[in-house]
Order: sequence, then structure tokens, then C-alpha cells
Amino acid sequence: MPRKKPKLAVWKFTSCDGCQLSLLYLDDELVELAECVEIAYFPEASRRRLPGPYDISLVEGSVSLPEHLEEVQRVRRLSRVLIAFGTCATSGGIQALRNFTDVGDYARLVYERPELIPVLAESTPISQHVPVDLELQGCPPHRGQVVAAVAACLHGAPPPRTPASVCLECKRAGHICVLVSRGLPCLGPVTQAGCGALCPGCHRPCYGCFGPKETPKTSSLARWFRERLGAKEAELVRAFRLFYANAPAFRLESEAHEEPPRPG
Amino acid sequence: MKNRRVQVDYLTRVEGEARLVLKVKGGRVTVAEFAIFEPPRFFEAFLRGRDFREAPDLTARICGICPVAYQMSAVHALEAALGVEVPGTLRQLRRLLYCGEWLASHALHVFFLHAPDFLGLPDALALARKQPDVLRLGQLLKRVGNAVVSRLGGRETHPVNVRVGGFYRAPRREELLPLAEGLQEAVEAAQAAVRWAAGFDFPDFTPDYEFVALSHPGEYPMNEGRVVSSRGLDIPVTAYEEHFVEEQVPHSHALHSRLKERGAYLVGPLARYNLNFARLSPTAQAAAREAGLTLPERNPFKSILVRGVEMLHAAEEALEIIRTYEEPEGPAVPVSPGAGVGMAATEAPRGLLYHRYELDAGGLITAAKIVPPTSQNQKRLEEDVRACAEMNLDLPQEELTWRLEQTVRNYDPCISCATHFLRLTMDRGEGDV
Repeated sequence: MPRKKPKLAVWKFTSCDGCQLSLLYLDDELVELAECVEIAYFPEASRRRLPGPYDISLVEGSVSLPEHLEEVQRVRRLSRVLIAFGTCATSGGIQALRNFTDVGDYARLVYERPELIPVLAESTPISQHVPVDLELQGCPPHRGQVVAAVAACLHGAPPPRTPASVCLECKRAGHICVLVSRGLPCLGPVTQAGCGALCPGCHRPCYGCFGPKETPKTSSLARWFRERLGAKEAELVRAFRLFYANAPAFRLESEAHEEPPRPG
Repeated sequence: MKNRRVQVDYLTRVEGEARLVLKVKGGRVTVAEFAIFEPPRFFEAFLRGRDFREAPDLTARICGICPVAYQMSAVHALEAALGVEVPGTLRQLRRLLYCGEWLASHALHVFFLHAPDFLGLPDALALARKQPDVLRLGQLLKRVGNAVVSRLGGRETHPVNVRVGGFYRAPRREELLPLAEGLQEAVEAAQAAVRWAAGFDFPDFTPDYEFVALSHPGEYPMNEGRVVSSRGLDIPVTAYEEHFVEEQVPHSHALHSRLKERGAYLVGPLARYNLNFARLSPTAQAAAREAGLTLPERNPFKSILVRGVEMLHAAEEALEIIRTYEEPEGPAVPVSPGAGVGMAATEAPRGLLYHRYELDAGGLITAAKIVPPTSQNQKRLEEDVRACAEMNLDLPQEELTWRLEQTVRNYDPCISCATHFLRLTMDRGEGDV
């Protein structure tokens, strides 16, 4: 008896669409994927939408609007396995830079009538609102990671994990260390592996777009930047306050280098 | 059936979140709205206080489909602010990167987002089942475009190798040469794609657009040129804001871009083609003629053919750049921080993309303005929806809905790009059906 294909859904919150695009950028795997799962809900790719519940949900984007608060609960209810993928879904994304200021100031800068834009004060990851079964870090995650995660779900296997820093991939690729040899402020030592050490491969320092690795030693790296490379405090704030600004480890590190507010 | 309402709550096969609302009263369209509910992300606000060297990586994140376009407009505008020129091979490499993005982005739109409309299919997977050979053309074009971007930029989405002044690392000749074989196949695939799409049934619809695009004396425009229009506009990019404004309009609460003097205008492949036909490669020109494209071509449904023609041109040009590539002396020209104001426009796959930056003496950004193509096309898109609806009011609901969705998809709207778009609060007053 043929088994019913598991249903896959792809959801979008606040994002650039780059993560779900990685699915459309699949080559022959895309057709193969469609043979293994029923692509039941994927508005960027198809007019056809099948009702839930869904066996696997891939969720892109951060929670940043009032109505997202309910929508994310609905997505959770409809999903057996919920995978948050990408920087926005796993940490709040670049739009989480607003979390360090008054979002009203941002709105007034960009819009003539900011009162028309009901946004939340903070941009936050999916996991802050509902239980998430798996997080795939990266801006964007490598599409191989996404396929591997879906495949693992289909087979009931634990998803592949690489609890390592970019340094490991960098050494493996045989790149020369840009931090040591070129004196560039590379976030590789504290950044989750997964990209294949792209930036050091281009002779530039890693800027942390895969987010913090497990137990990152951000403070000793910051000290190195300051003492050996002469980095100023404001530069340290910017270094850690980028695509994973809202991830706790990077957030704390950037805040540690901020000037204390002036009295009065 | 004089009064009716068409509402598509979540437009599919477009990049981002939007809805379409049409109201008809007494046989006339009273409301035609393309409503964007994509959440704002405030790029122009958080760019303030960032180092100018961060702008290419930051603005790339405006769009997952056309990150190269944002990187290109950003670096050109910042170089203008700092008085830096990037000539020769580095300029060619930037063009090569852009060719890759045009190929991948157009292939995605033509085969995955747009063509299914002409065939009455829900998506590209249905196309894969029905015409597998055709989808293979699309996959090839997408793969080759992405390979170019990855080879030069490290990865296809949010490349890491672009910097103000050039690149972080220039590719070696032997790294680029292997791309040639795929690009040669892409040339043939693009020709086949244009021939295939030429057989579609195109609705008879030819609005009187004002086309706006860059124009360059020596090349089909990508990275630079003057801003010209089909009604005589011809200005340097530095004068862009004197002629174009963004404004909130009462009926939609959305920022629309318009020409101060004349209102709505069209940017994108159709505009580029009409204003720059002579700079297309001879093969691309021949493919256009063979496909029945006219000059000017005013049918937006035929933009699918123009995208095919542009893919052909981009593949040929990329091939030529690779064949003649000589490694530059350094990966970038030196750039030092300094105060200044700079603006630039480049041709994103979806059309003119304008950036302006103000920098302080330490190289921090003090102001940024970004005008994406979809924001510029929004007003024109609504006019198309209205006109197309009025011509097709006799269609049954489902068909009319689909036709209007297709009208929107003609534009390949890139909604995440539209940093200015607001939520639309609809007037659901009397007269609703």
C-alpha cells in the first residue's frame, strides 16, 4: 500500500526571502524533494495551497509585527516538526538592530507618517515565542543543511550537527588565518561553522553571519581585537552587533563595549 | 454581475508578502490596490552610524534574490562619495557578477514564477512533470547564473567578496575559465527559452508607459549610465532626486515613487530593452526579433520574452569577460574614509535601484536613502491592474483573479526589497460586494 507523502510547509515572517529561495535554488534535488514530500504550502513557489496540519514546517523570518504573535502560534499548532531556518528566524536578523534603540526613532527616520506602521519594539526569533524543534543558523544557511535537516526528519534521524567554529572549516580548507597573519578582526573563532569559511577564503575576516557557536569566548576575542589589533570600543560594538546582534552571546559582548549613558 | 470584488489575500509566486484588492461598481473598477504587508525592517535607519565598509553586506540583506544589485548600488554610491573610481578589470568583474545575478534571477522568474501562468499550472513542479525538458533549461540557466555569483562572490545569496573599491580577493584566471562551458550552454538555453516562450498566448494589452532606465553609450546598462526615459528625461544620477519623489498617497498609505512632472513610470527589463535595444548583443537582438518583440514593446506580458533576451545577452557578455580576463594588480583600489555625499543607480534585475549615502570624516554613514525598483513600479502596477481588469470584466471570477495575479507577476515584484512599503489599511466602506 503506498504511504501518504509527508506534507511540507514553508512560512515567512520578517525576512529577505533568501532562506526559502535556497529551496528554489536546489537543482535536481528540488524535483527529488517533491517526490519525497508533498509541498503543501509554499506561497513563493506555488499557487496551490493544501490545508494543514503539516508534518514539517520550515519557518523563515523573525517576529516583528503585532499579528506575528498569533501567527507564530498558529504555525506551531499546524506543524508536527518546526524548523526555524536562517538568521532572522533563529535570532531576529539584521532588523533586530532596532532592539538596541527606540523603534519609534527608526520609523520616524524612514517614514513620513510613522504612526501608520504598527511594529513590535523588538525583532525576535521564533524560539522566543513557541517551542522550535530545530534551528539552522546562517544568513543564509547552506542549502545542503536545509536538505539534510528535512531528510533527517523524514527518516526520524537526529539532524546533522557541527558544534564547531568557522576556524575548523578554515583550517580544513587550508586557508591562512586572516586574524594572525593579516591582523584582521575575524569572528571565526566564535562563529558557528557551516558556511565553509567563505570570508577567510576571500582574504577577509569572518563577520559572524552564522551566529555564535556553542560557548563562544567572545570576551577573549574582543580583548585580542583591542590589545593586538588596536580596535576601538565603538568598533567592537559594531563587530558583535551585526547579523546576529540579538543572539545572547553577541548581544552581551556588544553591550559590554558601549559607553555608559551620560548622567542626567 | 455589475458589482464584484476580487481579493487575493496572499499573492503567490512573488517574492514577499502582498495582497491584491479590486472593487467593481456598476461595471467600473473603483478600487485597484496592490497592498503590501511585508513588515518594514528600517534599513535606512540602522545604516546610520555604521561604517561605510559595512554597507555592501548590510544592504545585500534587503533582498535574497538580488543581493548583488544592492551591493553594486551601495559600492558605486559610496565610491562617488569618496571620489574613488574603479576602472578596468575590476569594473569588468563587477559586471560579470551582475551578469550572474541577472541570469539566476531572470531564470527563477521566467520558469518558476511567471511561465506557469501562461500554461495554467500552479507551479514549476507541475511544469517539471508536464515539460521536463523545459524546466531543465530553467534549472541550467539558474545554476549557471548562481555558479558565476558563487565563484566571484563566495556564495549565490549574500555574496561576501564585494567591497568598496573592488573585491576582497580577485579570482585567478584558472578559477574563472571553468565557468565558460556552462555559460556557452546558457547561451543556447536562453535562445531556446525565448523561442519556447514566444509560443505563449499573450493578452492584447499595451499601456502607454513612460519607460525609465539607465543608458550607457557603450554597453547594455548594468552598473552605470545616465537616467533616461521614453519621454525625453536625460539626467545624471546625481539629479535623480530632483526629478523623482516618493510620497504617501491617501488611498493606499503606501509610498509611491513618481516622476515629479508626469507621475507613474515603469522600470525593469521592458524599460531597459526599449531604451537600450541598440546595445544588446547582435544575437540577443536577433532572438528578440524572431520572438516577435517590437520596438518599442509595450506589452508587459511579453516581459517574459525580454527577460529571456536579457539572459542571452548576460550569458554572452559573461563569456566574453571571462575569455578576455587578465588578473588585476590588486583586488581593490585603495579607499580611505572621508566626509562626502554620493549617489548611484544600477540596474537590478527588476530595474533601476538608487542609493544615496552621506558620510562623516571618520567614514560613518550619517544618512542613507534607498529607492528599490518595486517601489518605483508600484503606482504603474496598480494602473495596469485597473486597466487589465476593465478589459476583462466578463471573465469568470477565478479566471479574472488569475489574470490579475499574472498582471502583477509581469512586474516580478520584489516585495522584501521595498524598504519603504507600508501596511495598507483598506477602506472597506459602502459598496462592497
